[in-house]
This record gives sequence, C-alpha cells and structure tokens, in this order.
Amino acid sequence: MDQPDSGIWDVMLQYDYFGAFWVSIQLTFWAAVFSFVLGTVLAIMRVSPVGSLRRAATMYVNTVRNLPLTLVILACSLGLWGQLGVVLASEESSDFISTNSFRLAVLGLTLYTSCFVCESLRSGINTVPVGQSEAARSIGLGFGQVMGLVILPQAIRGAITPLGNTLVALAKNTTVAQAAGVVQASSFMITAIDQNGNMIFPIFVVVAIGWVAVVLPIGLITTSLSRRFGVSR
Amino acid sequence: MHTKRIGVAAVAVAGLIALTGCSGGGSSADEAKDDAKTLTVGIKFDQPGMGLKQGSEFTGFDADMAREIAERMGYEVEFTESVSAQRETLIQNGTVDMILATYTINEKRDEVIDFAGPFFVAGQDVLVPADADDIKGPEDLNGKTLCAVEGSNSTERLRDEYAKEAQLYPAQTYSECIELLAAGTVDAVSTDDVILAGYAAQDEYAGQFKIVGKPFSEEPYGVGIKQDSELCEPINEAIEEILSDGTWEKLVAKNLGDSYTPNAELNPPSPRGCDKNL
Repeated sequence: MDQPDSGIWDVMLQYDYFGAFWVSIQLTFWAAVFSFVLGTVLAIMRVSPVGSLRRAATMYVNTVRNLPLTLVILACSLGLWGQLGVVLASEESSDFISTNSFRLAVLGLTLYTSCFVCESLRSGINTVPVGQSEAARSIGLGFGQVMGLVILPQAIRGAITPLGNTLVALAKNTTVAQAAGVVQASSFMITAIDQNGNMIFPIFVVVAIGWVAVVLPIGLITTSLSRRFGVSR
Repeated sequence: MHTKRIGVAAVAVAGLIALTGCSGGGSSADEAKDDAKTLTVGIKFDQPGMGLKQGSEFTGFDADMAREIAERMGYEVEFTESVSAQRETLIQNGTVDMILATYTINEKRDEVIDFAGPFFVAGQDVLVPADADDIKGPEDLNGKTLCAVEGSNSTERLRDEYAKEAQLYPAQTYSECIELLAAGTVDAVSTDDVILAGYAAQDEYAGQFKIVGKPFSEEPYGVGIKQDSELCEPINEAIEEILSDGTWEKLVAKNLGDSYTPNAELNPPSPRGCDKNL
C-alpha cells in the first residue's frame, strides 16, 4: 500500500483548521456577550416584584432551556431566514450568506444560553442573605438600586463558577452552528474526514486538541476568578 | 384442588407454547436465510432516486443495483444505513459487506478500502428553479447564492474552482438545500446530477426545478468493500452482466425518471478491475 500522499498538517492547512476554530471562538465570544446581557435581564425579571414579568421570564426560561439546541438554531436558520426571509446582514454585501448565517447562529446560541446564564445568576442571587436587601430597602433604595448596587454585584461574584461552566458549554455548543450553515470547527472535521477517509484518527486527535486548547483556559480563568472575587461568607 | 392447579399450569404452558410458536417459526426462517447467505449492504436511506427508505421498502438505483448484484452472486440482501461520513469505517470494521451509496471512487478512499465497479458515472451539475435562465453552466455561478452539503466532494470543488465569488451556504443535507431553493432563498443547488435528478423527480417538487445539464466533473460510483475482499471479482462479474444484458438501462429509467439521461459519453461504464485497487 502506498504511503498517504499528504500528512495531517497538510489536511489542517487545506481545510483551514485555524480559521475554523477562530470562527468557533468568535461565535463563543459574541453569544457570551449577548447571553450575559439577556440572561441578566431575565434573572432580574425572575426576582422582580412584578408578577407578570416574573411569570414571563419563568415561562421563557423553562421553555427554551428544555428545547434541543439544534432545534433552536434550525428555527433561526431554516425558519427565520429560509422560510420567513428574515436577514441580519446586508443582502448586497459580498459575504451576505456567511455573515447572515453567523449572526443567526449567534442569535440562536444567545436565546438558548441566556436561560442558563439566568439560572446561574439566580443561584448567585440566592447566595446573598435576604437581610441585605431588607437593609437596602430600609434605607430607602428602590428595586433598581437594590439590584444594581447591592444584590447583583455580589450575585455575579457568587455565580462565577456556574457562569464559567455555562461558558464552557457554550463554547462546545458552537459546533451546533453547523445546522445554521456556519463553517466552524466541526465543519473542518466533517469535511476533512469525508475527503480523507484514510486519516480519521489523526483528524479526531487534532480537533480534540483544538477544543481542549480553547476550553481549558476558560476553566482555569473562571477558577482563579472565583477564588479571587468569590464572596466569602 | 390439586388437579385444578395442574390444569391451570397446563393451560399456561399450552399458552406459552402457542406464543413461542411464532418465534419458533421466525427462527427457522432465519436459518433458511443463513442458508441462502446474506450480504449486509450499506445504502443511503434519504436519497430519493438512489437509496431511499420508505417504511420497510428500499427504493432507488443503488438499492436495485445491490439487489441485482447480490442475486447474481447467490446472496440475499439486508440493507443498513450508511451515511457519507461513516462509509469507510462501516466497511473497515465489518458492519457491512458492501456499500452502494453514491460512493465515488477516489484515491484516498482507495487507500483504506477497495472498490468494485464503477457501475455508474455521475457528474456534478447545478439545479435551478424551472423558470431561471441566468445560470447555464458552472461559470455562471459567480455572484449567486448556492447551497451544497458540508463535507461533500462537490462542495469542495465549488469552493476551490467554480464558485470562488459565489456565496455558498453549507447545509447539512440536500433536503435542506432543496427547501431553500424552493423558498427562493438560494439561487442554485449543486452536486452530482443523479442526486439532483432524484430530488427534482419527487412528487412535491414536480416541475419546479430543472438541471442545467452541463456536468463539470466525473464521479464514478463504485461498490465499497473491505481491502483484499474476495467479493471483488464476483461483484465485478455481476456488474458486467447487469451492464450487458439490459438490466442497467431498465434500472436507470425506473429510478431516475424520464427527465434525466446519464452522460452518454461515460455511461454505461465498465468495471475497472480489482487489480486497480490500492
């Protein structure tokens, strides 16, 4: 049998291994930013004194959290774009399809991940003793001030570890963006394996190494952050 | 009292025998099957016209070819699904005896498995809405939005050669691409012409699409088998027979419809011989 005519390094360059992982990192970054914002809003709604807001946020979290992510992403790409024609990029631009797919994937990941951010923050809120909000209210602070000045700063510090776990899950969930037609790390794997049936194991190994290299720092950073900022009670 | 219990037990035993009667019959049928020797064949389950599972029925050109080949070799066929990414693995670990699943013979695959055949030569082509007249060949694809399936040969060819300026949506399945084409979200879908023909011939899309008809690649479909498999020669002999006795034409017409004619310069092909296997 002949030697394979190309090594794993050639395969990585040919199918743009590093570019693919870079897209995964970008997906993670944007979805993390947006889901932190949306998740915080949801968490505040869930502990707000307004019943309808509480119920709306609870319903949203319990619904979306229990859907498979693939379904959420497909609803964004095939549903919003494919059937309803919703676009999130300029149709004239030369990379309309890839930009649009990327943004739809970020939307889907955000809708999904914000549920977990919300629940992580709510667990953080529960670490703040109830006496603190009573004290804050007794000196005349309103709900917004109690949340913004007293509760949330401590809640976020107490929720660093679960938020970190959510971020790790989000990073790996970006592979589902394949369902929205985003070329990222798992597309590299699919294409490389399909085109190089003789190199399945090396391809698995380099993709696994890539993921460990992306995800491991997230875990290390959140651990050190939670040590540094965690509120000791 | 005592006799009554024995009576109940007897009835229960009789019932059990009656129940197991069915499975007993089944197992003897299995034995008969083993006698007739069974080949496990991997096909696509979701490719109209080539390999499609409808309930317990398997239709399509690949499925029919597999049945014909096996019959001429004196085997029964048992179908199992082989999705594109798993084909080499399924053959290597012996889960299937052979694979006919729009399986293009290429050098890299040849390094890890062997191929009998080819028994059909497809070519990459473009599917557009029936009323579209601005795409006449691969050179018109630049500036259009295309759909193709991530990981396939045809997608890589588009990326590298024909559609550098086109916008490519890498979908997960061709059904997804056909949906997007029907909704007007993409301008064209591109892959092997037989696959496109199979989708275009589906009832729900009848008359909606047309194939441009300028194939720009050669995709020899082979039968994937284990390396150094003793099946190679008999399969090639069966394929030769099918090609020469008119069965091949019948199967093409039956499965791919009137609207599609295979590239006459390359079809029907002749098997390349087992000594070509790497």
